[in-house]
Amino acid sequence: MKSLSLTINGEPRSFPAPLTMAGLVDALELAGKRVAIERNGEIVPRSTYADIALADGDKLEVVAAVGGG
Amino acid sequence: MEPLVIAGKSYASRLLVGTGKYKDFDETRRAVEASGADIVTVAIRRTNIGQDAGQPSLLDALPPARYTYLPNTAGCYTAEEAIRTLRLARELLDGHALVKLEVLGDAHTLYPNVVETLKAAEVLIRDGFQVMVYTSDDPIIAQRLQDLGCVAIMPLASLIGSGMGILNPWNLRIMRDRIQVPLIVDAGVGTASDAAIAMELGCDGVLMNTAIAGAQNPVLMAEAMKLAVDAGRRAYLAGRMAKKIYTASPSSPTGGLIGR
Repeated sequence: MKSLSLTINGEPRSFPAPLTMAGLVDALELAGKRVAIERNGEIVPRSTYADIALADGDKLEVVAAVGGG
Repeated sequence: MEPLVIAGKSYASRLLVGTGKYKDFDETRRAVEASGADIVTVAIRRTNIGQDAGQPSLLDALPPARYTYLPNTAGCYTAEEAIRTLRLARELLDGHALVKLEVLGDAHTLYPNVVETLKAAEVLIRDGFQVMVYTSDDPIIAQRLQDLGCVAIMPLASLIGSGMGILNPWNLRIMRDRIQVPLIVDAGVGTASDAAIAMELGCDGVLMNTAIAGAQNPVLMAEAMKLAVDAGRRAYLAGRMAKKIYTASPSSPTGGLIGR
């Protein structure tokens, strides 16, 4: 099986290809959680997750709201 | 009491609170409830991938339906970092435009870098954000930020997390005279009297985190802050008596004294 190398929040991760953003969110157990994702420096609107095919080498930032002042 | 109006929206409470530094989400929730705040600040950070599935989140403790979330740019040292953070926050909070911009100058003082702050404010406002801006207590910079279109000017009273109180009330007075958008003291409040003084000076609100979270009893301090902000606001609206320097004035009648 082909695999996909991604960098997520600075950590290298590997997933079976093909993979959509929605599939990744499921794999990371983030479905239903309030997160925002940046792919290679561009924000990915939540409404488009199912249509985004991830590519080898993609750099992702996954953020959430945390306590802060 | 008349509400606090920011960018056309009314808020009953003039106390805004941060959500950091609490021992757990339950304490966060109880302190925020006791404060009566409507607006709560949050930070935007990387999620712990694979570590926090199923863990409670801040959003469970403070339902976004009940509170207005104010995402901040704490930890950002350049305009670019701050803009990137707030664009992510807007996506995270379903297009929410009200944000707290803070661009820091150095890690030791957390003093604002006003040059980067001005740059970021300009870009964010053009991009449709409603910017509440953390800044120094420099009235000229505050006016510039107001002219750019910031929806609230939020000067420090003293350094973030220092609890040193209001070190330059005179600058806040000058700012009060020149700033028409809400003027909110952000940072430096240590105890209830500091919050009351900020409000008595005519500030429209106070934003704090450590003064509550760092108290021995955060929930009780949150309540004290709520009362102090309210008392200070009422005192400001009531208009204090003039100070009579070197002159006493008896409160009791001067006539009708026994045996005179």
